[in-house]
Amino acid sequence: MDKAGLVSNKTPLYALHCELDAKIVEFANHQMPLNYPSGIIAEHRHVRESAGLFDVSHMGQIKVTGDSATELLESLLPTDLSELNIGRQRYTFLTLDTGGILDDLMISKFGDDYLLVVNASNKHQDFDHIACRLPADCTAELLDNRSLLALQGPLAREVMSRLCPNLATMRFMDTMNVEVEGINCQVFCSGYTGEDGFEFATNSDDALNLAQLLLDQTEVLPAGLGARDSLRLEAGLCLHGNDIHPDITPVAAGLSWAIPASRRKGGSKSGGFPGSEHILLELENGSTLTRVGIQPEGRAPVRAHSEIVAPTGESIGEVSSGSYGPTVGRPIAMGYVKSTYSHLGTELQAIVRDKPLSVKICHLPFVEHNYKRL
Amino acid sequence: MSDIRYTNDHEWARPEGLLVTVGITDYAQDQLGELVYIELPAVGTAVNQGDEAAVIESVKAAGDVKSPVTGTIVEVNDSLNDSPESVNDDPTGVGWFYKIEIADTSEFDNLLSESAYNGLISELS
Repeated sequence: MDKAGLVSNKTPLYALHCELDAKIVEFANHQMPLNYPSGIIAEHRHVRESAGLFDVSHMGQIKVTGDSATELLESLLPTDLSELNIGRQRYTFLTLDTGGILDDLMISKFGDDYLLVVNASNKHQDFDHIACRLPADCTAELLDNRSLLALQGPLAREVMSRLCPNLATMRFMDTMNVEVEGINCQVFCSGYTGEDGFEFATNSDDALNLAQLLLDQTEVLPAGLGARDSLRLEAGLCLHGNDIHPDITPVAAGLSWAIPASRRKGGSKSGGFPGSEHILLELENGSTLTRVGIQPEGRAPVRAHSEIVAPTGESIGEVSSGSYGPTVGRPIAMGYVKSTYSHLGTELQAIVRDKPLSVKICHLPFVEHNYKRL
Repeated sequence: MSDIRYTNDHEWARPEGLLVTVGITDYAQDQLGELVYIELPAVGTAVNQGDEAAVIESVKAAGDVKSPVTGTIVEVNDSLNDSPESVNDDPTGVGWFYKIEIADTSEFDNLLSESAYNGLISELS
């Protein structure tokens, strides 16, 4: 509740996490489960093999409504909302005048409303960024009575087919308004693990009932933020604050695919978003830095902020995320290198505890995505 | 093992004559979570009390093991290279880190007794 970050918030599932004996950590000003007694690795594997339930209610949900909401949002996001139909969602980002990424987000349309799901750490800043640019005919609201649960894994679809058959036909990035056993939900067929799955936005009063219903299913175990981070890293997905931030452009981050042709040079709605001049130029000419997958050759994890060095000894980049990948069974990382060093197979060194460790530029993701696409 | 001693940094040290076996406590392994990598010192290395003697990494974090005593490393538990998780399973048994020949037995007397260490962790948790 406190914008200054002085009060630590609890999600509606906090008591459930405690009851399940979770290790609670402070994240983005919220008391969140890092892992449950089975541990990060077991939770990670369960999501890859069956289904895991994540409480992601700390994330921000921003509703934007009004006659010129489309124009407003297109002036802030390098996306084309005329291509966004009701029933679909899209990945995009708020850009800055410098071309950097203020935040990345999912946008969807429910009736006349746009719903933006944004990162927990950035939700107040994102809301202010939008609210201070609102035309008179638009409203924006940071919803404080909504929760978000994510059911992720290859058996998530089987679970939901049983509980709510309407969801069985959903494809990756579809959205739907449904009742799940009497609970009104906005459902998104997406997630942050690389697996098939669903996210459920509900009234906070209903979140506990929905969580308990899902946890009652034999396929489903709870999973915490620790597994969420290792899953997204294996899936090659960016974490804002680590892999993307205000000093990184979408092109450097390898996120050009999210900028449609209509917003690029020569497109029908070319430019017109913060930093568009710089970003459109980079789309043509490439960026100085490039985000790459990094495979440490040894067994030692290479962590965020480790320096990356060329064989010549020149410092050419930095690791942005690094950990151990429970599914691949070895350390994995990603980071930024000068684009001339970004080719697959390039042999470099990462400096870990003052010692150089051999690493190789590798393909992303580390674990192929298992989305059910259209 | 009534003669096992502890540090404030959650290492344990168990003497057999001048030879001291060193590891991390159950509390430490629980705080770190599942270990995925352990870097052991080389046999023959001389370490001082409080020096970083080994590196431990879990999925979430990296930490170090500070030597509870001064001496020379005479043996390391190589099995931890392949199965770092044995530190989680049995931190004071199979999951030992190294054996060190102690230089000054009086250092050992400065470490925490089992009851003092249990008092420390009950304050922490």
